[in-house]
Amino acid sequence: MTFLTRKDMLWFVVLALVLLIVFPLGLETFRLNLFGKYLTYGFVVLGLVLCWGDAGILSLGQGVFFGLGGYCMAMFLKLEASTPAATKIQSTPGIPDFMDWNQLTALPAFWQPFHSLAFSLVAVVAVPTLLAFGIGLAMFTRRVGGTYFAIITQAFAAILTILIIGQQGYTGGVNGMTDLRTLLGWDIRTDHAKMILYFVNAVLLLGAALLSHVVRRSKLGRILVAMRDKEDRVRFSGYNVAHFKIFVFCFAAALAGVGGAMFTLQVGFMSPSFVGIVPSIELVIYCAVGGRTSLLGVIYGTVLVCAARAAFSEAMPQLWLFAMGSLFILVVVAFPTGLAGVYRTYLDPRLDRLLPWLGRGRAPTTATVERPMHAAAME
Amino acid sequence: MLAGYSLGELGSIMAMQGFAGLILFSVFVLMALGLAVIFGQMGVINMAHGEFMILGAYVTFLTSKLFTTYLPQAFGVYFFVAVVLAFIVAGALGMLVEWALIRRLYKRPLDTLLATWGLSLILQQVYRSIFGAREVGVDQPDWMMGAMNITNSIQIPINGLIVMVLTTFIAIGVYLLIFRMGWGKQVRAVMANRAMAGAVGIDTERVDRITFGLGCGIAGIAGSAFTMIGSTSPTAGQLYIVDTFLIVVFGGAASLAGTIASAFAISQARSTLEFFLSGSMAQVIVLLAVIAILMIRPQGLFVLKVRR
Amino acid sequence: MQTSTDYLLAVEGLTVSFDGFRAVDDLSFYLDRNEIRVIIGPNGAGKTTVLDLICGRTRATAGSVNFKGHELTKMREHEIVRAGVGRKFQTPSIYEDLTVFENLEISYPRGRSVFGALGFKRDAAVRERVEQIARDIFLADHLDQLAEYLSHGQKQWLEIGMLLIQDPALLMLDEPVAGMSVSERKKTAELLHRVIQDRSVLVIEHDMGFVEEIAHKVTVLYQGRVLSEGSVARVKADPKVVEVYLGH
Repeated sequence: MTFLTRKDMLWFVVLALVLLIVFPLGLETFRLNLFGKYLTYGFVVLGLVLCWGDAGILSLGQGVFFGLGGYCMAMFLKLEASTPAATKIQSTPGIPDFMDWNQLTALPAFWQPFHSLAFSLVAVVAVPTLLAFGIGLAMFTRRVGGTYFAIITQAFAAILTILIIGQQGYTGGVNGMTDLRTLLGWDIRTDHAKMILYFVNAVLLLGAALLSHVVRRSKLGRILVAMRDKEDRVRFSGYNVAHFKIFVFCFAAALAGVGGAMFTLQVGFMSPSFVGIVPSIELVIYCAVGGRTSLLGVIYGTVLVCAARAAFSEAMPQLWLFAMGSLFILVVVAFPTGLAGVYRTYLDPRLDRLLPWLGRGRAPTTATVERPMHAAAME
Repeated sequence: MLAGYSLGELGSIMAMQGFAGLILFSVFVLMALGLAVIFGQMGVINMAHGEFMILGAYVTFLTSKLFTTYLPQAFGVYFFVAVVLAFIVAGALGMLVEWALIRRLYKRPLDTLLATWGLSLILQQVYRSIFGAREVGVDQPDWMMGAMNITNSIQIPINGLIVMVLTTFIAIGVYLLIFRMGWGKQVRAVMANRAMAGAVGIDTERVDRITFGLGCGIAGIAGSAFTMIGSTSPTAGQLYIVDTFLIVVFGGAASLAGTIASAFAISQARSTLEFFLSGSMAQVIVLLAVIAILMIRPQGLFVLKVRR
Repeated sequence: MQTSTDYLLAVEGLTVSFDGFRAVDDLSFYLDRNEIRVIIGPNGAGKTTVLDLICGRTRATAGSVNFKGHELTKMREHEIVRAGVGRKFQTPSIYEDLTVFENLEISYPRGRSVFGALGFKRDAAVRERVEQIARDIFLADHLDQLAEYLSHGQKQWLEIGMLLIQDPALLMLDEPVAGMSVSERKKTAELLHRVIQDRSVLVIEHDMGFVEEIAHKVTVLYQGRVLSEGSVARVKADPKVVEVYLGH
């Protein structure tokens, strides 16, 4: 079976060119760093394509996984920045500054392993995945789905935010973990470092998109779509539906964790404002705008919405919420297939006429999984 | 955390915290009733529900200002006028929203959730443009600020009592409307089979619109009650939406008694725990407990077993 | 005298109550290997619920369902399917967003675990089997078509095909010819005759002509209980059956 059609390949190469050449050449370092930040959300929306677009499982708690990945990375960087020499004015030198401000006198036990970069990198993926596994196991084996699942994941976003803000001695509280400086002695705050981190992020994102594509092209991908449509039929074809849901939820969480870590590295801090209900639902909107069943569409959608937001909030901050709110409503009501849907309806047929060789090499029996899901049945 | 309190003292603490939480409980019940009507009966997730509540709060705020300016002698009763106005304004907006937005999305419940989130952003910005980003508070008439002494150690605030009575009336009203009169039957018929309900002569569009408006109107009343415990700001409603959803789900979406019982359990657990822990930890523990219980009983506490 | 384990399927004392209402009440019946059994009965007699109970969609309140030595009431749905029980729903239940080929491929009994599905290869054996089944269900020319665009009858056939590809030892069909045009019905009857070879079949059907054609034995349900059981002729002659069901 062809795993990438010619057209898939073309658009993937175009995305790679945009991320690796057009953006770096066209944007000054400050803007490039901003776009790098937007692209970290790209990891989350890729996961949402599989989880929400394909399998019909709407998670309103993806910020939780993004945040956990980001915090795992931030904990490592914070420890590296909190050497006894750098913190000698504190009453307890050698621990992060916010702990000292909150009268902690020793590093809490769960912080200890984050002295190790290897452990931290594993944790970036493992912590979100394990939490997703736990939530998924509890929810999906009990057949909690649809809107109920959405509400409960949203509650998790609320819980984690409250917890982080409330436990400021352990987490840095509402300000988050700031003043992150070096990664194994390499200063991440310089323009040069930001440039390199941008490329690392872009390449990782392209890799994540390819990986997601592989998963969707497998039979598992078709089972996800089948589950969205007729869950009972899948169950009565001998599949343990819960396992597939847990898998795709964990997959999305793992990607989100990587995105969070790249966010921390590029932006230089992590705070609860990227974890809660609002950022989580915004991630879903990026996905909806891009087209919830198109891997490449959601990346463009994310960058576009974020860039528009930056432009808007600089020029007319009061209009931004109006614009954002109307965009949500417009996309959901009138364009449920998002940007990718517009492309497919209007541009794709022309492209086929223009470049007929692209249409060849298409796998003969692949479904168009790109239709919007209609009703994810309520349990 | 319980160390140092005798059982009797604990009882008093529970009782006092319980009465302190009276208004919070009422706000929760009203919010949840509105949502139970919309979500439980219609299956629509309204993420802008908190904004409808805040609309009610702003209406109450405006009414109090009007009374101070034009009818200072009648200020003592402004609250009751405000409740009616809040219901009408929030209900009217709800019907407008149903007509403009919700009715296009009945087959896509998850999309309704996103669209109403968009709506909530717009409403927040509207409030900010009109009333400013700052919090506004409402003055209460003197007689409502007092308290009734039941025993030496237990006092009940009057405003809490009024809100309680109001909540009780509304709960009974909703119960009668949904379960004792034909209305609820019509709503459920429309939900079960829109085409068939239309075919047997139910005006499905009217049923949808009025039901949604009713739910939003009750949220508006919750906003009136809310002005007694918190200051109104454009984003204050958002803080309540997750709790309210959990209350409705926890109670079993289609059961009004369940909704009230779970609102009681959640608000009481929270205000009792807040006495021992920081407010944020109390909230976390209650939310986690609710989720844990929902994992054991995903259908909620008060739902009967039915053939699916 | 047979013991219950000699039967392919032994249902004994099966009971389920919803809020005190006993939809199926102390039901027992036995199905032989290669037997075709039709369940008839008035609406609300509990016919579909019996199928739901056997395939695990509804949990029994009491009683047992023994299939080839497996106690089905203690198994989960996908395990029951893997043990060899196939179930067709009353309304066609197919994946509208996938092609006919993909519909059949998903039902192909291989790679049913998460990682099995990830590593699943569409090899020659799969293709061949899918194409063979597609010919059986008159859809050989529609393999690349989205299932959404099939006619009602074709959707029913596709679902039957999705069961066939699993080669179940027990096939359960809920009103397989309901809502079909005359020509579709004829073709479906022909398909079912082929389908039901070499396996046991449990069919719910109202169409008495169709029942007479296929049934080895008929079980009449009424208010969750067996009202009568036996050959078509015997059941039709039973005055109790005539009174509650056939007389209408």
